Amino acid sequence: MMVESILGLFTLTMVAIVAIATVMSSNLFVASMWFGIFSLLMASNFFILDAADVALTEAAVGAGVSTVLFMGALALTAEKETVKMRLNWLPVAALVVLSLVLFVATFEQPKLGDITAPVHQHVAPWYIEKTPEYINIPNIVTAILASFRGYDTLGEVLVIFTAGIGVLSVLSFKPKGKQTISGEQLGQKIRGVQHHMILRVVGKLIIPVLLLFGLLVQFHGKYSPGGGFSAGALFAAAVMLYGILEGADRSEAAMPQRIMLRLAALGATLYTAVGIACMLLGGHFLDYNVLWSDPVTGQYVGILLVEFGVGLTVTTVLVMIFNAIANRPTYQA
Amino acid sequence: MTLLGLYNYWVFILLLVVGLYAVLASGNYVKRMIGLGIFQSAVFLLFITMDKVEGGTGPIFRGAPSPDQLFANPLPQVLILTAIVVGIAVTALGLAIAIRIREEYGSVEEADTRRLDEQA
Repeated sequence: MMVESILGLFTLTMVAIVAIATVMSSNLFVASMWFGIFSLLMASNFFILDAADVALTEAAVGAGVSTVLFMGALALTAEKETVKMRLNWLPVAALVVLSLVLFVATFEQPKLGDITAPVHQHVAPWYIEKTPEYINIPNIVTAILASFRGYDTLGEVLVIFTAGIGVLSVLSFKPKGKQTISGEQLGQKIRGVQHHMILRVVGKLIIPVLLLFGLLVQFHGKYSPGGGFSAGALFAAAVMLYGILEGADRSEAAMPQRIMLRLAALGATLYTAVGIACMLLGGHFLDYNVLWSDPVTGQYVGILLVEFGVGLTVTTVLVMIFNAIANRPTYQA
Repeated sequence: MTLLGLYNYWVFILLLVVGLYAVLASGNYVKRMIGLGIFQSAVFLLFITMDKVEGGTGPIFRGAPSPDQLFANPLPQVLILTAIVVGIAVTALGLAIAIRIREEYGSVEEADTRRLDEQA
């Protein structure tokens, strides 16, 4: 316990320092690197706070996928802030007041790990108590995510799908009367990182391991930390790694946008279809008990299908976003 | 030692304020997205801080379920797990819009886009 709390204090202090460094650096490439480190520290801190599922997702999404997306966006915008961030007194004053109010309010809050805190009294004990009886899978987080609060998760999947569609629509516009700048003019002579032998060889070795780990996280998520969200991020990270190593045109050739779009829609449709199938079999929407002769097995089947839909949508949306940004030509200013 | 139980909240406040400051004080749209990312992580930290139970473990059953097992609260974890992935999808949408702004205005600085808007 003592070691745990010291580690917690240490990583949180690091998180705070790195956050300040992120905001202070006017070179945005440096800032996005700091932001990746920030996410990795945040993930370790989530792990210390007993949230393994969240830590896994944050490590894959925050430190992996988001850093790649920021770098892709920087390649198409500008690497440096041209207008330096000045000390602006109005926001500083407002934020000092805000932080003081919040600081005073923390003294009313329950301490870290306090079991008598209100959040542990309401519905959570019920979920923990009933998971073995109703669903009988070891991972309570997966049980709540896919079954008890399946409505919420369906909503989140639809939001992710909508954001993917949004990125594609925003980037489907081509600026009128503007020439594209070719790679040679930008000084990049070789596609991807093909001139970095070590990166290519080592990177390629990681891809199959990453995909295998993604499969474990996807289908073993009922017994160990994992599930569709983290697995989707891991699969997408593998595709992004391939795109970085071999050139984004090849990752798009391997996973064409049209097919990704249809698969993303299929994932969300599968989730909804499971819900409707439950209704047709005489249950409520997303009430998996009716899917099988035995309610507990029904829950198992329902969660498996729903998690598969989530994994499919998350993977394809993230791959779609990466391909759209990485293959965007640079237009003249 | 008892006050150290509030340390997570203080880091939450710091991250919230630092992230908001980047959004308010920077004119660069990509930098603002980074600021929003830090702001968002602050909220994640607040929720995950709530789930911790002294002496508990991660919410996964080991062996036969028994009532004396003590688990972290799984509910905030579910909310944040999905919010992280939604967050990256929404960040990507913001970055896509920043890319389009750069293509039309030639800059992602608010000062430049505002000047060009006034000229037009």
